[in-house]
Amino acid sequence: MGIIVGKETKAIVQGITGTQGSFHTRLMLEYGTKIVAGVTPGKGGMEVHGVPVYDTVKEAMENHEANASIIFVPARFATEAVLEAIENGLKTVVIIAEHIPVKDAIQIIARAREKGTTIIGPNTPGIITPNECKLGIMPAHIFKPGVVGIASRSGTLTYEIAAGLTNAGLGQSTCLGLGGDPVVGLNFIEVMEMFRKDEATKAVVLIGEIGGNLEELAAEYISRTNYPKPVVAFVAGRTAPPGKRMGHAGAIIMGRAGTAQSKIEAFQKAGVAVAEKPREVAKILAEKLNIK
Amino acid sequence: MKLFEYEAKNILSKYGVPVPRGELATSPEQASEIASKLNVSCVIKAQVLVAGRGKAGGILFAENPQEAKEKAEKLLNSEIKGIKVRSVWIEEKLSIKKELYFGVTVDRFQRTYVAIASSAGGMDIEEIAAKAPEKLIKFPINPLEGFRTYHATYMAKKLGYKGKQMLQLASTFSKLYRAAMDYDAELMEMNPLVETVDGRFVAADARLIIDDNALFRHPDYKARLAEEGEFAPEEIEAREKGLAYVKLDGNIGIIGNGAGLVMATLDAINSYGGKPANFLDVGGGASADRIAAALDIVLSNPNVKVVFMNILGGITRCDEVARGILEAKNRIGFTKPMIIRLVGTNEEEGRKILTEAGIYVMNSMEEAAKKAVEVLHQT
Repeated sequence: MGIIVGKETKAIVQGITGTQGSFHTRLMLEYGTKIVAGVTPGKGGMEVHGVPVYDTVKEAMENHEANASIIFVPARFATEAVLEAIENGLKTVVIIAEHIPVKDAIQIIARAREKGTTIIGPNTPGIITPNECKLGIMPAHIFKPGVVGIASRSGTLTYEIAAGLTNAGLGQSTCLGLGGDPVVGLNFIEVMEMFRKDEATKAVVLIGEIGGNLEELAAEYISRTNYPKPVVAFVAGRTAPPGKRMGHAGAIIMGRAGTAQSKIEAFQKAGVAVAEKPREVAKILAEKLNIK
Repeated sequence: MKLFEYEAKNILSKYGVPVPRGELATSPEQASEIASKLNVSCVIKAQVLVAGRGKAGGILFAENPQEAKEKAEKLLNSEIKGIKVRSVWIEEKLSIKKELYFGVTVDRFQRTYVAIASSAGGMDIEEIAAKAPEKLIKFPINPLEGFRTYHATYMAKKLGYKGKQMLQLASTFSKLYRAAMDYDAELMEMNPLVETVDGRFVAADARLIIDDNALFRHPDYKARLAEEGEFAPEEIEAREKGLAYVKLDGNIGIIGNGAGLVMATLDAINSYGGKPANFLDVGGGASADRIAAALDIVLSNPNVKVVFMNILGGITRCDEVARGILEAKNRIGFTKPMIIRLVGTNEEEGRKILTEAGIYVMNSMEEAAKKAVEVLHQT
């Protein structure tokens, strides 16, 4: 079980012949992800790690059955690649690229909503349902199957916290990187709604950071819907200065909006336990789940 | 990237939005010439990229060219919130009947642009939201449709205008929206948008922040970014090397991989009573070159007494990172104590490489942060 990706996921890799695309295709295949085809315009007819390559998504879809795409195309060309995936009916599209302009992200996501496509990213490490499917660039060995669903705005911080959970014997149902950009395909609320319905998920970890108000809205949603599963949050950037972009395009305090303090207070008000340090997440969660 | 007021106004003017007549001056003499050309009461405005410029004394008034010269001289020799004033914008003073607000920005939650208007202009938008939320009109823009003329009319009407004035105001809104889209605005606003005593609408102040990720579509501004503006020279140098660096005011230099992890590292240092000297994200694939470049930048800050490196090797292999650190050490030499936290793929080998070279490596990010603060107190 888990959300969005699993055993039934059959993926194509757009940008499969590039260094990143080819490297991660190998790692995803080794993990057991079903990669049925690759796409790189101009490289049709090649093979990468045994995966046939096509010039267009359309041709890949004519020759294979696929329901997801992971895109390794660099930012400048990523918008076209995503629109091609959406137009060809792929249901899940993971966008790894960082530095896609916000205007393009807004267009892509509007188009995806119209077609019923789920977008993960941009600027995401991807999504993993342990032992079933990895559609992303995360180090697989950190994750173990289990009951904790993770939604995060940050890559390595997710690895840090997931490794802590795994070490404490707390496996994961699905870990999903929302993406570090201001505008991304999924927000905390949408992912929590999926975790609510997912039987494998018994608890949820939210990893937020400064910028925007998605955490505040998630907190409001948790108390409004009386969210049925325990939630633990971590928010990075308690000491970040205002007006400075902290690595991620989306991680910026504008005026007084988007501070870690505001997010932490909102979570606490909604009864969500907020870990002060990454390693405390596992401890708090074990207590909530009555695991010693 | 933040644009100066005069740049934003020039863009608005190009799109047909009325702005006060004015010119840019970099010397008091120039200011006096511009004022005599304008031949009316003037406003002298410091061109600095900080919010709250007016309250900080960055906006002065002059009745004649001599006064304009004196006021310009005063501003050009001053700092506004720590930023040196390099130029002033001199424009005609408007006869104000009412101050409005209109802007377009990104709504992260809706994943759309949103148009915002208010009859309580002059204050910053957050202040309006806090003090007079009932005076805030928000219109989410459907990305597949855009901000149409009738949407603009609807907003102008809601502000209480009728007939020809309503249409004029709506047209101003549409023009700002077009400029905002063409320039990849993260935020573009007219605040205040002045209704003059004779019933016209003029953008008395303007702000434009271009999405950094879209700067490749705006090469003129990209080139200007390096010259002057909101970033320290080290921050621009780091950006060119693909590193994300933000200078802070403490004394513990920080290097890590991944924006969230580095932010959490700063927080941990603070919680143990230390003060980070910077934020630095080396990004993925921390090769020797990148580590060396990162160390170079961090150590260029004379306040740095201790360096804390927090690397979580995922796809990046720890042995590779360890070799990178050694290579960087040989290349640039470390004179400052260094705390390294290194875990992940091939961590045993990575730790062995560093330990044999006499560099102490730790496992836990929290313990390592604590250690870094302790070492600082010993130096």
